[in-house]
Amino acid sequence: MARAMTLSQKILALHAHLDDVVAGQLITADLDMVLGNDITSPVAIGELEKAGIEGVFDSKKISIVLDHFTPNKDIKSAEQCKKCRTFARRFDIEHFFDVGDMGIEHALLPEKGLVGAGDLVIGADSHTCTYGALGAFSTGVGSTDMAYGMATGKAWFKVPSAIKVALQGKPAENISGKDVILHLIGITGVDGALYKSLEFTGDGVKHLGIDDRFTICNMAIEAGAKNGIFECDEVAEAYMKDRYKGKIRRLTADNDAEYERTIEIDLSRLSPTVACPHLPSNVKNADELGSIAIDQVVIGSCTNGRISDLRTAAKILENRKVAKGVRAIVIPATNEVYLEAMREGLLETFVKAGAIVSTPTCGPCLGGHMGILADGEKCVATTNRNFVGRMGHITSEIYLASPYVAACSAILGYIGTERSFGK
Amino acid sequence: MDIKGKVFKYGDNVDTDVIIPARHLNTSKPEELALHCMEDIDPDFAKNVQNGDIIVGGENFGCGSSREHAPLSIKASGVSCVIASSFARIFYRNSINIGLPILECAQCSHDVKSGHIIRVDLDSGKIVNETLGKSYSTQPFPIEIQDIISRGGLLKGIGI
Repeated sequence: MARAMTLSQKILALHAHLDDVVAGQLITADLDMVLGNDITSPVAIGELEKAGIEGVFDSKKISIVLDHFTPNKDIKSAEQCKKCRTFARRFDIEHFFDVGDMGIEHALLPEKGLVGAGDLVIGADSHTCTYGALGAFSTGVGSTDMAYGMATGKAWFKVPSAIKVALQGKPAENISGKDVILHLIGITGVDGALYKSLEFTGDGVKHLGIDDRFTICNMAIEAGAKNGIFECDEVAEAYMKDRYKGKIRRLTADNDAEYERTIEIDLSRLSPTVACPHLPSNVKNADELGSIAIDQVVIGSCTNGRISDLRTAAKILENRKVAKGVRAIVIPATNEVYLEAMREGLLETFVKAGAIVSTPTCGPCLGGHMGILADGEKCVATTNRNFVGRMGHITSEIYLASPYVAACSAILGYIGTERSFGK
Repeated sequence: MDIKGKVFKYGDNVDTDVIIPARHLNTSKPEELALHCMEDIDPDFAKNVQNGDIIVGGENFGCGSSREHAPLSIKASGVSCVIASSFARIFYRNSINIGLPILECAQCSHDVKSGHIIRVDLDSGKIVNETLGKSYSTQPFPIEIQDIISRGGLLKGIGI
């Protein structure tokens, strides 16, 4: 009889064609999708060229998304994109997304139905762990892994042990997936889940929408984790219906699977949470920060640029004005999100409030373009990292928060929530 | 294989954004990346580093993005080996995949200071801090990983 496995281990075993796997075991497994972007793909393409590899394993199982420095900010980044474009054409890469049909990769792939429950996905981008929201094992790798994956359809893995995150209770209004994951990283620290899986479970899961789950899995890497994952349920299946063409594999962890640790979180007790500079684990209550004046607000990214995020922000910004001296930048994560926000009138709400709306791009999240910070400036961002210099000058500061807190802060001119409105 | 070099010591959670800031990621040429290696944590690093030198970090070295440009910039700046108390996992596998030697050794990281001279025997995993006269042993890599390193990287000799 196969030994008891976590959900992540089950997916790895399935793709390695083994009855079971055990934490620490080195395996080679078959991949359902290999992903790269305009920063990591050029290095991978260069590695394939150097190795003299003249083909890819399956042109339908590779996704290349030009999202980081696009539309291109300078000649060098344009050259990088050109390299990707040429490669995609040469090898007939089916899922190649350029300006016009692109989006931020980790919002785009689920939306296009390119990942699904039970899949094994690697991506040359650390936030590839996002797809755990659908019940997939997905993890970030580097460019050489991407190159090897494109050539062979395989990757090597050290089977991870796991931490169980038991979610209970119902979150209060305006508490979202971002507050859940920031709270968790506050508990684990930025390396508390190093090399491990974070498996989310418990009665509280049913109160989390799919976008909340994407946000939670997206930032698993910020706790050091290899992947974050939810079991596929009706919510995930409803999202995949009409999108995902593959066979949905609803796998579950064994009841007697071994977890290194269980962390319990009562969702009903969470408050709006902010990660202060310069680590995602440096978390505080948004209403208890005093009046930290801000220069910029960014609402977007692979963490929080989905339609529900924009709806939340628009609800706050409706019939209000962004505080004088604050630059508010809204970035819908994909063209589909952009179009839906347009249909619902959200874009008009943003612009009327004094915010600007960008086309989809990772842009400012990694200090690329579309909102770089100057010496000493402070920004509230719905992005995922607040490291030194991440969004610009090394003395600038990033406060990570939910779209709700970011929108409230844009109105206030300092970090806070609706509680401080009218004060 | 024996390595000997002068140490550049850094603290915990050295992230890939300080190893190679994203504003320089519009290129993938290792020699260009090396000019900006460690720029946001140690602006003089690129000027001072010499062939064979060794970087020593604390916990969770290389956390953050998956950019292979981080170990590539370190390797291209002439660094022969990175030692840390622990490594973030993507940095760890990227280093193996591109053939940048890395070793986990918390005690060595705890004792060492910038400027110390360290000698490393990669085959046995033995580290000697010559300045302090102390030696440390580390776990050698599993056989499958040693195979990737001895091939000279993941893509070498895959025969496609």
